[in-house]
Amino acid sequence: MPGLEHTILIPLIPFFAFLVIGLLNKTLSPKVAGMIGITGILASTILAYQVALGYFFSFGQVDGVFQKIIAYKTSWLQFTDSLVIEMGAILDPISAMMLVVITTVSSLVFIYSWGYMKGESGFSRFYAFLSLFSFSMLGLVLATNLFQMYMFWELVGVSSYLLIGFYYDKAAAVAASKKAFIVTRFADLGFLIGILLLSFHTGTFDFQLLTDPNGPAITSVGGATFMGLSVVSLSLLLIFIGGAGKSAMFPLHIWLPDAMEGPTPVSALIHAATMVVAGVYLVARLFPVFAFAAPEALEVVAYIGAFTALFAAVVACTQPDIKRVLAYSTMSQIGYMMLALGVSGFGEDGLGYTASMFHLFTHAFFKALLFLGAGSIIHAVHTNDIFKMGGLRKFMPITHITFLIACLAIAGIPPFAGFFSKDEILAAALVSNKLIFGVGFAVAGLTAFYMFRLYFMVFWNEAKIEGAPHESPSVMTIPLIILAIGSLVAGFVPFNELVTSNGSLLATELHWEVAAPSVAIGLIGIVVAMVMYRKASNLPSKLSSSLGGIYKAAYSKFYIDEVYMFVTKKVIFNLISRPIAWFDRNIIDAFMDMTAKMTNLVSEGIKEMQSGQLHYYAIYFASGAILFVVLMLWMR
Amino acid sequence: MDLLTLHIVVPVLTLIGIAFARNLQQTRTIAAIGMGIQLLQSVNLVFAFLAERRGGNTAEVVFAKSIVWFESLNIRYDIGVDGISVAMILLTSVVIFTGVFASWETKDLYKEFFISLILLAAGVFGFFISLDLFLMFLFFELAVIPMYLLIGIWGSGKKEYAAMKLTLMLMAGSALLVVGILGLYFNSAPGGGQYTFNIIELSKVVFPIELQRFLFPFIFIGFGVIGALFPFHTWSPDGHSSAPTAVSMLHAGVLMKLGGYGCLKVAIYLLPEAANELAWIFLLATGISVIYGALGTIAQKDLKYINAYSSVSHCGLVLFAILMLNKTASNGAVLQMISHGLMTALFFALIGMIYARTKTRIITEMSGILKVMPFLSVCYVIAGLASLGLPGLSGFVAEMTIFVGAFQHQDVFHRVLTIIAVSSIVVTAVYILRVVGMILMGPVKEETYSAFSDATWYEKVATVALIIGIAGIGMAPLWLSDMILNSLDPIISAITGI
Repeated sequence: MPGLEHTILIPLIPFFAFLVIGLLNKTLSPKVAGMIGITGILASTILAYQVALGYFFSFGQVDGVFQKIIAYKTSWLQFTDSLVIEMGAILDPISAMMLVVITTVSSLVFIYSWGYMKGESGFSRFYAFLSLFSFSMLGLVLATNLFQMYMFWELVGVSSYLLIGFYYDKAAAVAASKKAFIVTRFADLGFLIGILLLSFHTGTFDFQLLTDPNGPAITSVGGATFMGLSVVSLSLLLIFIGGAGKSAMFPLHIWLPDAMEGPTPVSALIHAATMVVAGVYLVARLFPVFAFAAPEALEVVAYIGAFTALFAAVVACTQPDIKRVLAYSTMSQIGYMMLALGVSGFGEDGLGYTASMFHLFTHAFFKALLFLGAGSIIHAVHTNDIFKMGGLRKFMPITHITFLIACLAIAGIPPFAGFFSKDEILAAALVSNKLIFGVGFAVAGLTAFYMFRLYFMVFWNEAKIEGAPHESPSVMTIPLIILAIGSLVAGFVPFNELVTSNGSLLATELHWEVAAPSVAIGLIGIVVAMVMYRKASNLPSKLSSSLGGIYKAAYSKFYIDEVYMFVTKKVIFNLISRPIAWFDRNIIDAFMDMTAKMTNLVSEGIKEMQSGQLHYYAIYFASGAILFVVLMLWMR
Repeated sequence: MDLLTLHIVVPVLTLIGIAFARNLQQTRTIAAIGMGIQLLQSVNLVFAFLAERRGGNTAEVVFAKSIVWFESLNIRYDIGVDGISVAMILLTSVVIFTGVFASWETKDLYKEFFISLILLAAGVFGFFISLDLFLMFLFFELAVIPMYLLIGIWGSGKKEYAAMKLTLMLMAGSALLVVGILGLYFNSAPGGGQYTFNIIELSKVVFPIELQRFLFPFIFIGFGVIGALFPFHTWSPDGHSSAPTAVSMLHAGVLMKLGGYGCLKVAIYLLPEAANELAWIFLLATGISVIYGALGTIAQKDLKYINAYSSVSHCGLVLFAILMLNKTASNGAVLQMISHGLMTALFFALIGMIYARTKTRIITEMSGILKVMPFLSVCYVIAGLASLGLPGLSGFVAEMTIFVGAFQHQDVFHRVLTIIAVSSIVVTAVYILRVVGMILMGPVKEETYSAFSDATWYEKVATVALIIGIAGIGMAPLWLSDMILNSLDPIISAITGI
């Protein structure tokens, strides 16, 4: 669309920053490299705000309905006459909202890292990779078609891989980066096959064509079935596998806790606020197809989301590592977003959709804040173990207050941001599925409990750190303050007017019949945590020993990792790869060698005949002649 | 002299120049200049070709030329190129150019080494411009023979065994080819008259289906052997691991592509009905080899074996795509040949450079290379990412085109095989990241590592040229894909019978 082509610059500016820092790595001083990275993302942020605000408040609506606008597109690769990959930028409520989220959190993380990563040997490399990530993530949300999305999907995967393995001489970081990439790659296999299937049957990759409720994609391909599922349902389920991998849904979640080996700002940006919600974004992007043509698939989304929310919340209650608690909390909250999409309908019944996007938005603020706060703490005390922390509120006042705000927000206490979005999710679930509502309600209590367990262990309890840890520099605390303000006000954004499943206004208000009990259970969780962890006591260990096996299983993350290790190491490596390598050497190749040996053997056997001695030749000749004559006589 | 013949003349002149060189410095300078000119004229050829097409020249081949060579048998010096051969010529000149720089420090018998190397390349160039099957076969053999010497003399490890094995297996393939080609020749004039070896003329002859059925396996397997067709691929791991760096580069990068090219432009094009009938057998073999090669790679410990087995997987994908017998997949096959050619050349170049420093290729004996050789390590990571199909690098473009093409078949047989082939992208990620994690990352293995230097200038020339190719195609694939697509029409219409 004319006048909006510059939208494409939003992802491209960080890409250029990546190229410049990457190519001139040797000649640029770390400071200059960092400045290039920060300037790049700030420029993108300004553009993104300009475009997004313009979209929401001036040109996005036609007759009160938000339109899907193609701001820019160019063809990139042609497969068949109809299947063409285009590179472009789409503007609609969710992509505009994501632009704001990504650029805001990115900018703050870029600035924060200036302090956090100070003096690290890979400072420039860090900014190069961060810029690469921002480029990929922005490209992903702006994708106009499935294939473009898949491409940037892979690119965010590789940026995440590079950043998790940032401390590449640490064995744990190397293993974690590998695991993250391979697990998500495995999930992406489903995504890719889903794309192939869906595009084959609909003849297009284009989101606009695919998601048009009256378009050919939704109306025409319902007929074909496979194993009782329609082709559309099947392909959407496959695509959802990709989303589940990226968003760490059970059972593809195992990479996310390990990904915490990366630097903490990376965890805040990639593994909390942006990349891990890509799966939610993907489902939201294809939502009309799910809602109209594949309700079975949507149901799967709801159950997977609900189960993950519960599972991760239980595990989070037992973990000793501050970042891992937050990682499981992220999984749990993304599970919330998934279940909200899963229970949602379209149009009038689209509360779940709006709630999911709303929660994505608010979660980005308070979860980024929690991670950056955790970074600030780790920066001061040099450990991740919450059992070794305590009493930090006196030493780190700003970190303490901002962290508390984030905890209140995630626990769903009004008027913090999480309260509003969680309320909508639970209200949507209550209408459509009581079981899922029950799970969501329980998770709300667990969330408040494990967050305040963390909070009291770290900031109250008795101080176990020797010496006086001090507050982080202002380059780190200012982003914390900005995010804290965000966590306070984000809940007041009128999402039902801006981001809805069909683009027009959704009538809704606060649901006190849900909000009151959920605030109550949140408060109960907080109180229980306070009793157990505010002061040093033996209550927690008593409780954990009385729970016995359940506690141990949750502490060991329900042994899912062990199952994966068994399958990959024992089954694939020892039972498939090695036998194949052996078979290739000792059967196929040995056959070739044997052919050669046989040839040799035969020639060994007959080479004596050509001895060069005349009398032997005479004998061969004579006996041959006799044989010949005998044969001729006999034949006659 | 015409544009195409120059592609043979320049290497030959370079050979003559090297013969007069007095020392290593002169030898490699002449080789570099000669192959530099070759690269420039290949780029020029691409532009000339695109200009012809834009100018409305829709002939099947352009820059065609025909000189009678052996009249009584109607053997001709028939040359001409289409988009596919132009692309392959460009690939070849990039690989040989970088190969010269990768062999910069050859010490023993350096003159003979460079002569054999460039002779091999000349054979490949000749192969790609030939339209006459006899001529094509001649150049094919010209490319294979120097390989024996290059591995047997300048190789390492079990070099005599490897050289012998490779040559014998490829010769067996050639023997099949001779039968196939002669079979075509002697049936090329069903209505009487002059027999012909010319591909374009042969494509107009309608061979009876019995004959096609008989000849197709000869030609397809004949070319397939050099394209690492399962189960005739075992020459490749041994050959590659024993060959000197530049030879591995050229062999995996270019020579293995003669197989795919021949299968597409001779076996399928000239015997389309048999291809339709018999494709499923070979599809089964290649589909298996894609995942078989990838899984086999995981268990390897030697860097060269790793790359050789991964080549079996990636080249399996080329033949797999060709056998899908449609336009999109065939386009993907050619893209994959080019992509894999660049990528694998880069891999072998880097393996050679790492080996020159660490004196080992066993991955468990290395660690922390990234710290001491950042430039080479970053290049290795880029090659790895291209291999596992990262968007923005060439591998992605090729693989996705193949997968979309293969998915156009709706029946269960094709679907299952396609999904098996697609799943190789996960296995590829496993073995690539395994190597990267083991040798590049981690703590620095030994004190002695600190003495290692990073890339020299000639090593940088070699790697950077290849990376430009990989990233260039990966980011802007449309021109290349269009160039290939246009040239596929005759082959596709032969298959579909329209």
